[in-house]
Amino acid sequence: MSARDDILARVRSALAGAPRDHLPIDRAYRHATAPVDVVDRFVERVADYRADVRRVDEADLPAALAEALAGATTVVPAGFPWPVEHGVADAGLTDADLDRLDAVVTTATVGIAETGTIVLDHGPGQGRRALTLVPDRHICVIRRDQIVPDVPDAIAALDPSRPQTWISGPSATSDIELQRVEGVHGPRVLSVLLVSPHGGRVQPMRVEDQPSRLSQ
Amino acid sequence: MTATFLGMPPFPEAARAALADTQLRRNLAAATSTIRAKRAAVVGEVPHWEQLRVAGAAIKDEVLLHLDAYLMQLEAALEANGATVHWARDAAEANAIVADLAAAHGLDEIVKVKSMATQEIGLNEALAARGIAAWETDLAELIVQLGDDLPSHILVPAIHRNRAEIREIFARSMAAAGRPAPDDLTDDLTALAGAARLHLREKFLRARMAVSGANFAVAETGSLVVVESEGNGRMCLTLPEVLVSVVGIEKIVPTFADLDVFLQLLPRSSTGERMNPYTSIWSGATPGDGPQEVHVVLLDNGRTRALADEVGRQALRCIRCSACLNVCPVYERAGGHAYGSVYPGPIGAILTPLLRGVGADEQTDSLPYASSLCGACYEVCPVRIDIPAVLVDLRAQVVDAHRGQRPPKPEALAMRAAAHTLSSGQRLDRAERLTGLAGRLLERFGRVRLPGGRRGVRRLPGPGARWTSARDLPAPPCESFRSWFRREESG
Repeated sequence: MSARDDILARVRSALAGAPRDHLPIDRAYRHATAPVDVVDRFVERVADYRADVRRVDEADLPAALAEALAGATTVVPAGFPWPVEHGVADAGLTDADLDRLDAVVTTATVGIAETGTIVLDHGPGQGRRALTLVPDRHICVIRRDQIVPDVPDAIAALDPSRPQTWISGPSATSDIELQRVEGVHGPRVLSVLLVSPHGGRVQPMRVEDQPSRLSQ
Repeated sequence: MTATFLGMPPFPEAARAALADTQLRRNLAAATSTIRAKRAAVVGEVPHWEQLRVAGAAIKDEVLLHLDAYLMQLEAALEANGATVHWARDAAEANAIVADLAAAHGLDEIVKVKSMATQEIGLNEALAARGIAAWETDLAELIVQLGDDLPSHILVPAIHRNRAEIREIFARSMAAAGRPAPDDLTDDLTALAGAARLHLREKFLRARMAVSGANFAVAETGSLVVVESEGNGRMCLTLPEVLVSVVGIEKIVPTFADLDVFLQLLPRSSTGERMNPYTSIWSGATPGDGPQEVHVVLLDNGRTRALADEVGRQALRCIRCSACLNVCPVYERAGGHAYGSVYPGPIGAILTPLLRGVGADEQTDSLPYASSLCGACYEVCPVRIDIPAVLVDLRAQVVDAHRGQRPPKPEALAMRAAAHTLSSGQRLDRAERLTGLAGRLLERFGRVRLPGGRRGVRRLPGPGARWTSARDLPAPPCESFRSWFRREESG
């Protein structure tokens, strides 16, 4: 008997006397987060992780990028919409090459206000996963309309077939005496530029208002 | 190479030794009280926390009660994504699969993300026996590995070490494993983290195969999820060519949408954060991005035995957050090593006997008794595992497993004597006349009064001395109720 058949047989025999109906699961938790200004909450929560977060008008973004990067050699993924000084395209870069570069810029797919999280799905503008991992600084540009209230809203907006990296602050560990210290293997500096297309207020988005998948 | 938990003494013996270690107790008390406070703060921010717990428990029960169907669905989805699925009945099979994969690629080293499942199966030792070095990359696991030590906590395996000890371990052992620690290394936390970063970076950049576990495996989409803080997970999951993930069969969740519960429950329960720094989700191989050869090893290793236990089955809901460890008064004082297995604390006290079975070895049988049944663990468990109920049920199983053993244990004899006395009115009456005499003697000659005024006994002779070493015995009443009633009624 193959291991597969053996394990499945053991599972079935273990469940021989068990109830086989599918009980309904209460999903009220998906609508339980109190409504707040998602942008303000996002900024507050991202800053809480000691990531640098700045609100920028779209017109000022290239200048803000230049200031944030300040002469660093920067990987620029294909599809990143704004110009970057000293930018290096990801054309055949090895991991050792990435280790020698100072920074990476990306866009994002969705931001979670309640937890201060940015999610990348490594599509256009975000690059393959190694790009946001090896260089020591990550500058992430996220639009106000990409921010959702809480985790269930983000899950509803994401495509599970894409690889995803959920980022909440720079890398950290609490392994020594349970004291949090930043900067282990991922980028030790995370800078978030929050872009307002028109400088107007954004209503907090609820799950029902979400399109099934946020696009770039 | 690394120490294992084989041959550890039963819990009472191991705990007694640990209790004498004041450095350990100091480290543990500081660490667990810190993390309890953090957890309480972030859970307090979520008014609907109980709804999340109920949903988490319900989703896990749904999977466990239909595990065969979900396993097949997961396998199909993984294969559709280009992953190769392997099945391992036990540790030996799982280790062989991983070792064979490394050997097939001609590798003598691999990098590892922290994984309880790989610890459970003793993967590092098995690979070492095949001449393959397995480098731990999680900071705490690195500390344990370099210190030739054993992990003492699910989430923070080096919680029993303070910064001075860690500095010592790095200074002494990093050079033998790769890049040495800097000569002027201090015990400042940032310096220690920096030393780990440099030491491990060269391993990440040259690794060709990584082994991980997974926090969750989504049956619907064939996606695996790794929740971490440091970035070593991302390093292992995306830089090498080959990725092998060892996943316990109970780690399944039905749909991608179900992650919306667990990605809330896990960070707040484990590290006391709103969200951990990095969560990686991947569905097989992605062309041009990350490992192109992806393997998943589905591990049984006793989980089907636990699944068959109607009361104990709920232990398989565990998402390995370690909230129960941090709140347990026994764990806080005895530490993780005293539990003598990969899973310490309250969850370990139930999971280890469920995975291994009771009645076979003394150490495993001692684990359900490593508890005061205070129930704090049940209150904090994000998936509502009723740990006290399972502990009590396992104690009954341990007793049943030894029923009729020769020679009988003193406890068994005492229970038999009690049953004999209590099963006959006449015998009970005779016994009560004796205890009544003892009560009257204590009233007359006894010197000890317990709080409340009643006479008592602080120490019993013989085997009773062990029982009274932590308890006072109140004096028995001077006459039984029945004899009092007979006297009063007739008078």
